[in-house]
Amino acid sequence: MLWACISLPHLALDGVLRRRADDAPLVLVDGPANARCVVAANLSAQAAGLRVGQRLSAAQALLAQLEAIPYDAAEEDRWQRFLAGVAYRYSSQVALLPQAVVLEISRSQSLLGDWPKIERSLRHDLAELGFRHRIAAAPTPHAAHVLAGVNDGMAVLTREVMQRALDVVPLHQSHLPERAVDALPRMGIRRLGQLLHMPRDGLQRRFGAQLLQHIDRLLGDIPPGLELHVPPDAVDWRIELSHEVENIASLLFPLKRMTGDLAAYLSGRDGGVQRFALRLEHRERAVTEVAVGMLSPERDANVLFEAARGRLERVQLSAPVLSLRLLADDLPGFVPAGRDLFDERPANALPFEQLCERLRARLGDRAVYRWAATIDPRPERSQRIATQDEDFIEPRVRPTWLLDKPVPLRGVLRILAGPERMETGWWDGDAVRRDYYIVETEQGQRAWAYCAPGAQAGWMLHGWFA
Amino acid sequence: MGAVLALSNLLEARQVWRGSAAAPVEGGQPTGWPMLDAVLPARGWPEASLTEILLPADGIGELRLLLPTLARLTQGHRPVMLIAPPYAPCAMGWRQQGVNLQHVEVVDADEPQVLWAAEQALRSGSCAAVLAWPQQADDRSLRRLQVAADTGRALAFVFRDRRHLANASPAALRLELTALPQPLIWVRKCRGGNAPMQAIPFELRMAKALPSSPVQALQAGEG
Repeated sequence: MLWACISLPHLALDGVLRRRADDAPLVLVDGPANARCVVAANLSAQAAGLRVGQRLSAAQALLAQLEAIPYDAAEEDRWQRFLAGVAYRYSSQVALLPQAVVLEISRSQSLLGDWPKIERSLRHDLAELGFRHRIAAAPTPHAAHVLAGVNDGMAVLTREVMQRALDVVPLHQSHLPERAVDALPRMGIRRLGQLLHMPRDGLQRRFGAQLLQHIDRLLGDIPPGLELHVPPDAVDWRIELSHEVENIASLLFPLKRMTGDLAAYLSGRDGGVQRFALRLEHRERAVTEVAVGMLSPERDANVLFEAARGRLERVQLSAPVLSLRLLADDLPGFVPAGRDLFDERPANALPFEQLCERLRARLGDRAVYRWAATIDPRPERSQRIATQDEDFIEPRVRPTWLLDKPVPLRGVLRILAGPERMETGWWDGDAVRRDYYIVETEQGQRAWAYCAPGAQAGWMLHGWFA
Repeated sequence: MGAVLALSNLLEARQVWRGSAAAPVEGGQPTGWPMLDAVLPARGWPEASLTEILLPADGIGELRLLLPTLARLTQGHRPVMLIAPPYAPCAMGWRQQGVNLQHVEVVDADEPQVLWAAEQALRSGSCAAVLAWPQQADDRSLRRLQVAADTGRALAFVFRDRRHLANASPAALRLELTALPQPLIWVRKCRGGNAPMQAIPFELRMAKALPSSPVQALQAGEG
C-alpha cells in the first residue's frame, strides 16, 4: 500500500482567492461579532503586517482598505470534497482527513507511472486550480498526513524508512489527540519517536485507548479506518460575487474558474457533460437561467468555457448579479474523438467538434446543421435537417439550390427540359400536382420551376441549377 | 580508370542529377474541370488560399463549378462548411453530384457574423473547404480570410456579385462566371501566373449531371 496525502493548509483562503483576479488585501475572519479575529490573510495583507489571530479592529487599524470575508466552514468542506473529486482521477480509494485529502496510489502506479510522475501531475493539477498544497507519500494514510505537514515532497516507500521518518516528527505536528499533545511535552516527550518507544500499557492507563488506536493507525498495525469518498453524480456549485455585477464581462473570470473546475471534476470521474445550466442570481431570489447544450459530451476546459461564454454573452442582464451557480445533473460517459495517426492537419488545429461548438455558442444552438435527403418525392419534403441520410438516389435530375418556399418566376423563359409530372402525396392530404421544367431565364440562369399540369404558364421557381 | 560507363546505366540508377526545368508547383487540389486546371498555375485550386467567385446572378453554375471538388473532399470524409448560403442546398441534387452530405455542415449566420464564422472555420484547420456568401466584404476582411485559409491550410471560396470585379482583391484566384451568350469561366487573377486572356467554356449539360450506372439500374428496375 502506498498512500499519498495532499495537505491543504490554506484551503478556505485559496477557495476565496481563486475567484478573484486582483490581489487586494483580504482576510478571512471568524468569531463572535464583537471579537472578530483574523483566521487567514492573503499575501498582500500579510505584507502590510496582518497576522493570523489578530483582532479585526486591529487589522483595520493597520490597513484601511481591507476586505474582510467571514470564514465559512461549509464552503471549506465543499472545496475539500471538490479536490477529493479531482484526486479521484488518480485512485479509486480517496478519503478525507482534516484539511487534507489522502489517496491510495500503489495500484495506480502501473497505469500512471511511478510516484514522482504522479506527484508532478498532482502538483500541476492543484497549481492549475489555484490551491496551495503540500504532498507526501507513505505506506499508511495517517503517516502520509503527518509527513506532509512536516516535509513537503517527502516520499517513504517502506515501513522501516517510515518509522525512522516519523521518529523525528515534533509532537505538535503529529495530528494525535489534543490532550496527549498538550500533556506529553510536560513529561519530557517532544518527538514522536520517544512516544512510540513508550510502554503501551502505561500510555493506555494515562491517555485511554484512543491514543493507542491513533498510534496503531499511524504505523499501519490496524486498518486506517477511513471512509472512502465517493464523488457525487451531480454538480451544483455556487460562487458568491464580491460585489454586484452589472455587465457580463465581469462574470467571465468566475465563469472560467467554474468551467475549469467542472473539467477537472469530470476528468476525475472519467465522464463528460452535455448539458448544464448557469444560474445568475439577482436580488430577491430572481434568477436568469442560461442553458448550455453541446452536441456531444465534452470535458475540455476550453470547450466548456467557450460554450458557456457564447451563451452568456447573448443574455441581456435585467438586474445586477449577486452570485453565479452552475448546475449539471446529467454527467454521461465521455468518449474522446478518434484521431487519425497520420493526420495532415496543422499542429495547432482546433478539432472539428470544437469548431462547431464555438459557432453554435455565438450564432445559436440551431445555427449549425446538416441536410439529409428523405425518400419523399415532394420537393418540400425531400430533405430535412438530420444527420442520417436515406440510402436512395433520385433518378431524375434535381437542382443544387432549393428554395424553402416556391416564388413566382416572371420574364421570358426558355424551356430546356421537361416536363416532369409530379402527382403524388394524395395519401396524407398534401397532394402535389405539378409539371416541373428546367427553364433558362433571360439572364442565363437555369431554374427548376413548375406550373399547373399542361399549363406552361404561371411559373413558380423552386430551385436553381447553380 | 579507363572503364567506360554507359550513360544510360547511370541515369537509370538515378545517380546523376539532371538539371531540368523546375516542375510547376502542382497542388493536390484539382478542380474537376480539366480545361480550368490546364490554365491555372497550380493545376488546380491554389492550396490554402482564398478563391473569389464573381457572379452576375444566382443559378448560373457557381455550385457546379465546385461540386466535383466538394465531392472529392467529402468522399474522403473531410468536412466542408457552407456559411450563410443564399438558399438551402438541395440534398438530392448534391448527392447526384457525388457529394456526401454527412460531411457538409451548413452554418446560418447574420450578415455581421458571416465573415467571423468563415474566419473561425478556416483558422480552425479542421475544415477541408469553407464556402461563404458575405454580402459586404471589403479588402480588409478578404485579406483576413486569406490569412486564415493559409493558417488553417483550407480552401476558401467566397461568392460575390460581379460588380466587385473593379475593386482589387487579395484573393489568390479570382474567377468570373458569365452565363450569356454561353456559360464561360474567366480567370481574372491568378497568383503565380498570368491570367489567360481567353475564357474557358463551361460545359453545363444536364445529362452529365447524373451518375450513370446506379441510375440506369434504378430506371431499369422501375420499367
